[in-house]
Amino acid sequence: MIATRRRLPALCAAAVAVAAAVWVLFLATDTPAGTAVEHPGAFAVTVLDAVTFAGLLFVAASGFTLIFGLMRTVNMAHGSLFLLAAYVAIGVQQAMVGKTRNIDAAEVGIADWLVPMLVGAAAAAVVGTVIQQAFLQWNEGQELRQALITLAITVVLADQMLREFGGLAQRMVWPGAVTHFITIFGQRYATTRLFMLGVAVVIGVLLWLWLDRTRLGMIVRAGVDDRQMVRGLGINIRLVFAVVFFAGAFLAGVGGVLGASFAGAAPGTDGAWLLNALVVVIIGGLGSLKGAAAGSLLYGTVVAFSPVYLPSQYSFYAIILTFGLLALVLAVRPYGLYGRPA
Amino acid sequence: MRTGSTVNRRTAALLPLVAFLAALPSMAPAFFINFVMTQTLMLGLAAATIVFLAKYGGMVSLAQFLLFGVAGFMYGNAALEAGSRGLNLGWHPWAAVASALAVTTAAAFALGALASRTTGLYYLMLTLVYAVIGYFVFAQITEISGPSGITSIERPELLAAPVSLYYTALGLSVLAYIGFRALGRTAFGLALQGVRDDPVRMASLGFNVPLHRTLAFALGGFVAGLGGLVNVWWNGQIDPASIGIGPTLILLIIAVIGGVSHFEGAWLGAFVYVLMFTYLRDLPLIDRIGITEARFNTVIGAIVLLIMVLSPQGLAGIADRLRRRLPRPRRPGAERPAKTTGRLTRAELIDE
Repeated sequence: MIATRRRLPALCAAAVAVAAAVWVLFLATDTPAGTAVEHPGAFAVTVLDAVTFAGLLFVAASGFTLIFGLMRTVNMAHGSLFLLAAYVAIGVQQAMVGKTRNIDAAEVGIADWLVPMLVGAAAAAVVGTVIQQAFLQWNEGQELRQALITLAITVVLADQMLREFGGLAQRMVWPGAVTHFITIFGQRYATTRLFMLGVAVVIGVLLWLWLDRTRLGMIVRAGVDDRQMVRGLGINIRLVFAVVFFAGAFLAGVGGVLGASFAGAAPGTDGAWLLNALVVVIIGGLGSLKGAAAGSLLYGTVVAFSPVYLPSQYSFYAIILTFGLLALVLAVRPYGLYGRPA
Repeated sequence: MRTGSTVNRRTAALLPLVAFLAALPSMAPAFFINFVMTQTLMLGLAAATIVFLAKYGGMVSLAQFLLFGVAGFMYGNAALEAGSRGLNLGWHPWAAVASALAVTTAAAFALGALASRTTGLYYLMLTLVYAVIGYFVFAQITEISGPSGITSIERPELLAAPVSLYYTALGLSVLAYIGFRALGRTAFGLALQGVRDDPVRMASLGFNVPLHRTLAFALGGFVAGLGGLVNVWWNGQIDPASIGIGPTLILLIIAVIGGVSHFEGAWLGAFVYVLMFTYLRDLPLIDRIGITEARFNTVIGAIVLLIMVLSPQGLAGIADRLRRRLPRPRRPGAERPAKTTGRLTRAELIDE
């Protein structure tokens, strides 16, 4: 009896997942996409949308979860670093191409995208490290105070970026070499989204190699498990903290540049991407890279599927499904899929 | 633990203040009453719910401003006649008030139940997610929020005079202040504080930990809803942008400026915020040093940063500390242990 009650949320979650799959496959006739069985093209495109968006989500959330995993710092300024990198990269790209508006993809070489991305991400990483050194390093362990400090920094940074970069939406331009369309089941699909997924996969692999195959990564993983022990072994954990914060902010920056190429950058993008990172890590579990990947996929799936597989007149209600996903996961696992109580 | 005399002293100190505030409309200019003070009281009321949840429950909630907005939207939808934006239910104003409060409390109960198994940072993040998703819900579902907000919302006739809104906000604030403080000494309040300090022990003593957190959140939502009603009467309109992430953070900032562990701090923080928001631009030479109205958020963010760096207990905490410095006869052993290190745990940040 008790065992059944314990499993009840998990059973409910499974039932909802099955119901959603049945709906998408056979029943969703009155929706923008139609049922997956009758319109496999729309289904394939939606799946690709989900996976590619999940790639972007992963890049944005992995830095957040990396920082939390080691330092227990919730970096609420993550979205600000994301937006800052986007603005810097857009500025550098405009300088490299030599035009400030109406840049055509054909004018953008691979280097005209890659160099701005690295510069922008490095700018975010430097600002992030300064924040960590100036405001977070000396009050280590006071989690709530750190969260509030980074929130205050978010308010200041958002206002200063508005002053510096203006209120109009700007866009980073994908390199011309990847701006094509391919055909999937008779549907055109932009290769830039696949390129974005490729970048995300490369970053994920590099991150895994770093954490799993290098000495520093070993120390980081040990620090996640037991900071005091690592310190006791004579390792300068302060330095490790700084490096990890640098890396986390850099990842936020890469995410920001990808995001600016994908959907543009404007005031408010910072808040939206802080939300995205938070949703991913709340679903996946704070501090776990595996969780970030799983959370990105789940959240990306809901974001991609809900607008096209809801009945046409209810498309506006897509946002509620995000909330439903959150509720479902938290009902089964309060600390996220791969999380542990802090 | 506060002694009974402290409670009485605080209540005694409250009386002249309330009397002063009640007499204020005959002394101060109408702008100060209807703009600065009314806004202070209603924002303070909403911020007090953050303090309540943080102080007694150890739950720092960013969803209070969302609930503040939910009450406003529901009132607007219910009270307006056909022909305007929103659902146009055209109910009697007081029925609209009741329905708005019911919906807000129910929403708070549901959201609180969902978050009730988490605490601390998770709670902060989850409620931030609530706030942003709530904003998107109102921004995208225009049936309940009007294409760009619900406008020309009328107050109930009883509150037609501008100053009556001030008295409403004052009365609700006093009630909330006394009520929250009294609640801390009831069985529920004590159990809630036990849940804050040691959920595992409370659970093993037979207390339903998630239920206590959920009920506290629902109560906080109800009071935030009261503040939201005053807000919508005061503004006459409400749009989704007014419950976005910016205002959400501002409300937390108000609580933080005042001090997250002091109920007085909520209104104090609101007063400081509204004063700055209203009068900063009028200070002489202020635009010479680069602080213009447009850079207001930088100023407020820098102030919060300063407060969090110097004293996480906010202005009320600073006042408390100054009061402790004053020589006063004390029972031996009642002294707080001197803080030897600068470290401050969450319990200290939240606890009084």
